[in-house]
Amino acid sequence: MSKLAVETSSTGKKPIRPGGRKPIGQRVKEFVIDYRRQWEIQSMIIPGIIFMIIFCYIPIYGLTIAFKNYTVIDTLSSAPWVGLENFRIIMSDKYFWDAVVNTLGISFLKLGIGFVIPIILAIMIYELNSGRFKKFVQTISYLPHFLSWIVLGGMLITWFSTTGLFNQLLLSLGLISQPQNILLDAGKYWWIAVLSDIWKEAGWGTILYLAIMSKIDPTYYEAAKIDGASRLRQIWNITLPNMKSIISLNLILTVSGLLGSNLDQTLVLMNSQNRDKAEVINSYVYRMGMSQGDFSYATAVGLGVSIVSVILLVTANKITSKLNDNQSVL
Amino acid sequence: MNGKVAKEDLDSRIFDTLNIILLVICTVIIVVPLWNVIISSFSSGKALAEGGFIFWSPEFSLENYRAVFNDSSIWQAFFISVSKTTIGVVTHVFFCAMVGYGLSKKYIRGRKLYVAMGVITMFFSGGMIPTYLLIKSLGLLNSFWVYIIPALFSFYDVVILMNFFRNVPDSLEESAKIDGAGDWHIFLKIFIPLSMPAMATIALFNGVGQWNDFMTTKLYITDQSLYPLQMMLYEIIVQSQTQSMQNIGGSAVIETTTKGVQLATIVITTLPIVLIYPILQRYFISGMMLGAVKE
Repeated sequence: MSKLAVETSSTGKKPIRPGGRKPIGQRVKEFVIDYRRQWEIQSMIIPGIIFMIIFCYIPIYGLTIAFKNYTVIDTLSSAPWVGLENFRIIMSDKYFWDAVVNTLGISFLKLGIGFVIPIILAIMIYELNSGRFKKFVQTISYLPHFLSWIVLGGMLITWFSTTGLFNQLLLSLGLISQPQNILLDAGKYWWIAVLSDIWKEAGWGTILYLAIMSKIDPTYYEAAKIDGASRLRQIWNITLPNMKSIISLNLILTVSGLLGSNLDQTLVLMNSQNRDKAEVINSYVYRMGMSQGDFSYATAVGLGVSIVSVILLVTANKITSKLNDNQSVL
Repeated sequence: MNGKVAKEDLDSRIFDTLNIILLVICTVIIVVPLWNVIISSFSSGKALAEGGFIFWSPEFSLENYRAVFNDSSIWQAFFISVSKTTIGVVTHVFFCAMVGYGLSKKYIRGRKLYVAMGVITMFFSGGMIPTYLLIKSLGLLNSFWVYIIPALFSFYDVVILMNFFRNVPDSLEESAKIDGAGDWHIFLKIFIPLSMPAMATIALFNGVGQWNDFMTTKLYITDQSLYPLQMMLYEIIVQSQTQSMQNIGGSAVIETTTKGVQLATIVITTLPIVLIYPILQRYFISGMMLGAVKE
């Protein structure tokens, strides 16, 4: 009991020290003393730090195999350095560039359509007057987010099969005369990837916008109403400007993730017929690394993608901060 | 003046009506396909082979579910899914709360360094291959613990909990210390019970993530007895895809059977999520707010 009392009395505030820096020896000594006094609380943090060193920092160090020729018999340190050789091979790899084109194509479509829809949807939900219908719409629209891509992939395959929902609808509307499985049609894959992603995530994307909109001062709207502004005008002049910073933040995060197209989605929807249009960088890394065992090459691709992503993040942040009167969002 | 007001009213009413119509269309687009999957899973093989129904199956039957439940591997997979989710959630939340509690104290030595290390992990990672090599060298390949240990910690969750713990009044801690309680005691007996809402939010998000995760299995597990439901479903999907492509004119019977099994597995895999969804919904909005406020 007395031991506890000693500890607790000293765990409190940092001892007040007179100004100016002390000699290094004394500082180390103080550090050690403080540390001993705080052992109990430090013992809560240290496991987390050890975890991060093992599971986050060792893999970051492991990125060096991008500059090595790593084979299964090597260890991380024994593999010979090859400099930028892996990157040189990437540059002349046709399949890699196919994957880049698909990634960019799908990502830009997702950005162009998928970014705007949650904003429109959020405004529409916000403008609803009836509380019960509002809640219903929200509940339904969040639901697909909780389905895994595997489940959704299975559903899509069912919907698009020749006897499935999609063909049935088109047939009954007279838009097609012969059922056809569009998942086997490479030319339509980008749209399947984009629209299924929007179907899954659009509702979920409204949550943050709705949270921001609920904080807009209602007197703005009242004032606008007295001035005779139409509902669309109110949305344009009050709602949207109030969401500017959160929209920019979301845009930055989306842009920085442009090259990281959804791996789960691709793995479940890709088949031998649509592979040319479905392969994205992530699935290419998976295939080269995990299926073909070319670890160094796959890591080099992954590293290149991360570097480009960081550049995109910084650039997007710069551009949006210019648009937002030089206020950086990040 | 009166005319102007009336016109605005009309404009507003048109806007409302259009808005409601569009949102009804949106919900229909979400609900109908989901309903179609459920209805199809309860259809007989014959009805599935013929297709042609949207809202109601011409021939109801439980044969798909019977086929799935007769397969012992589905029970095994269900057991793996449930145990990895429960163990994973409990350990993840406890671990993150412990670290978050420690870091919420401003006076601890080395705090700046710890936080900086954590923030770096939010933006940089080694990526798929170096992580795979690490997991391999730790001997976690084909082990149940690969579902639990690498998923123990997320600095994002630590930050949320850290902010939450900081809002607990200092006086509670001080009075406990006067009574002779140590940090662990204070954490377990005072802070954990007080932080239930924040921890529930993180638990629910993490739980959905664990339940839905299939990449971990795909990357690190080849032993079929460790497959969770998601991986089982993936295997069935891939199998049926190859079959339907080879199946030009061939055995339509096999195709519809796998289709039925696939549909029933989809429903079984999703059911737990749908069941906890009402609880989930109550929490996740406040959880999102919690995450948004700190930005």
